[in-house]
Amino acid sequence: MSGSLLPSAEEAYSSPDAQGFFGPYGGTFVPETVMPALEELARAFEAAQADPAFQAELDALLADYVGRPSPLYRADRLAAEVGLGTVWLKREDLNHTGAHKINNTLGQCLLAKRMGKRRVIAETGAGQHGVATATTAALMGLECAIFMGTEDIRRQALNVYKMRLLGAEVVPVAEGTGTLADAVTAALRHWVERVEDTFYVLGSAVGPHPYPLIVRHFQKVIGEEALAQLREKGAPMPDAVVACVGGGSNAIGIFYPFLRDVPAGERPLLIGAEAAGLGLETDKHGAALTKGTPGVLHGFYSYLLQDEAGNPKEAYSISAGLDYPGVGPEHSYLKDAGLVRYEAVTDREALDAFALLARTEGIIPAIESAHALAMLPRLAAELGPDASVLVNVSGRGDKDMDIVREAGLGG
Amino acid sequence: MAAEQDGARGAADAQPARSPLEAAFRKGRPALVVYLMAGYPDRSTSLDALVAAAEAGADVIELGVPYGDPVADGPVIAEAARVARSADGGFGLAQTLELAAEARAALGAAAPPIVVMCYLNALMRMGFAQAAAQMRAAGVAGVIVPDMPVEAARPWLAAAAGLDTIFLAAPTSTPERLAAIASASSGFVYCVSTLGVTGERERLAEGARALVERVRSVTDLPVAVGFGISTPEQAAEAAAFADGVIVGSAVVRRQADPAAVRAFVAELAQAVHGARR
Repeated sequence: MSGSLLPSAEEAYSSPDAQGFFGPYGGTFVPETVMPALEELARAFEAAQADPAFQAELDALLADYVGRPSPLYRADRLAAEVGLGTVWLKREDLNHTGAHKINNTLGQCLLAKRMGKRRVIAETGAGQHGVATATTAALMGLECAIFMGTEDIRRQALNVYKMRLLGAEVVPVAEGTGTLADAVTAALRHWVERVEDTFYVLGSAVGPHPYPLIVRHFQKVIGEEALAQLREKGAPMPDAVVACVGGGSNAIGIFYPFLRDVPAGERPLLIGAEAAGLGLETDKHGAALTKGTPGVLHGFYSYLLQDEAGNPKEAYSISAGLDYPGVGPEHSYLKDAGLVRYEAVTDREALDAFALLARTEGIIPAIESAHALAMLPRLAAELGPDASVLVNVSGRGDKDMDIVREAGLGG
Repeated sequence: MAAEQDGARGAADAQPARSPLEAAFRKGRPALVVYLMAGYPDRSTSLDALVAAAEAGADVIELGVPYGDPVADGPVIAEAARVARSADGGFGLAQTLELAAEARAALGAAAPPIVVMCYLNALMRMGFAQAAAQMRAAGVAGVIVPDMPVEAARPWLAAAAGLDTIFLAAPTSTPERLAAIASASSGFVYCVSTLGVTGERERLAEGARALVERVRSVTDLPVAVGFGISTPEQAAEAAAFADGVIVGSAVVRRQADPAAVRAFVAELAQAVHGARR
């Protein structure tokens, strides 16, 4: 790869380009049938961004319906336990529906309405994006179908029930391993068929252009709020910011404002935590950035777990939300550019962090978010006992009770 | 090269063919394109089915590369791909090209052009230059990459000298996109008859003829129509307005039995070749 594709430390962060490429990553690799719909979506998104009334409507919903801004909480007992000076938790778990996903579904469903679409579809892994989409569809009076793998339906029965209660149709996807990647493929296939009246609400920072850009736009509120809240509290810039990465929407949401607004010399270490599953030395993980190679899946070019013939490999994680063989293209770019460091966290480490946060702070995180929390002991060893770390707690753990109980937590 | 002229034929026969693939559509009658999944249900049966289809009158063979995320394909082809890939050692692009070379050798001078249908990541994984070289060596005539839109095709086209690259036109394509698709295509232009994935449907989509006419207005290449064509009647209907008719899932459904493929392709060939225009 040509070095000129990567920004120097001083250069303003300006990805993606007009074709949706972050360096060599991203782009649009889909069947012709949906190409015109993606072009239409890009135009509608651009027009919406230029329309103050659109942003005002979204801001009002984020404040009064979601409960934003989400708190920035100083977790002193946790900090003492892991040996850090300060730990800040960005509490996306306190959003309506229990995760960051609703920031994006509100934005995309408003866009759908603006484009005159009466029907929305979405894929879901852990069910958080499905619940957020079903919630938003109920709020806005849109017809809604959610594609979900049969294995995830088993793992996340509560969220399936919630979606149905909210009036959505849950479409089981039995192909492949019955997990998130299969649900994305099924949703894409369905979209090809119903592209004229249906809006695809993509839940992570993945997919063909303009989706990674749209998802970042609607999730960047996380990092923008965190920066403002740190200033309000008179807190110094943290030494590190950590988020979990499956597709990478909560991570790009908190990282992007730090990349865009904070000069390189003052910027915290940005760290993405991928799923190491049963261990990187096994085949049972979801660490596309750490162990993958670049390729095309679901319409974009990015690091990918794939075999010698280019078939996507099955990912694995205890967390349905991180159980994905690809990763958002911007994260691939940020990895190569050295702007974000990506590490992998095992199921066991995530479970330990899950239990630790519950015990020290009375907060039960999503098992996805627990992967980010599991970085804290490593960072304490690396940065020392006075360091300050901001963690994005992307969701809450109510949905994970069966899984952690099966894993033996809580005795 | 166009061997016969038929006064009732469209613009396609008026042009000299620029490649053997294009020539297969200029025999003075509509052409039948038969899709088969390489390696399904196993390597040797798929070879027998391919030979049977060619001998029964297929003018072009479209040979699918088994892929793990076939986003443009319906359940029949997706399942065939899964079965093919489960072979010992796997079955992918390299094995498909070996199969194509073997089929061409078995059929000799009578071998119809073979077009490979391959998802983009399988091509990327082998490397464009390497994939193109192996296709040329195997005697493959062209390639269809269903998830490579025309604006993303430049790197492949730069590597694909001597091979035709066929792009898909959809009912949703804008006039600007159709023009770009036609100008990047060689061999023929593939019209997707309907929204959605490959698979059998009860009737030919109404918009198919309109799309073929829109594509004809921007190219002198042959124009073929596929997706959802599963019976000789539907094939004849499409052959009345297109230069070629592509039948996939309905053939793959019979692929485990080469004799059934032979009988079905013979019926399809009769319907397509004799279609009233």
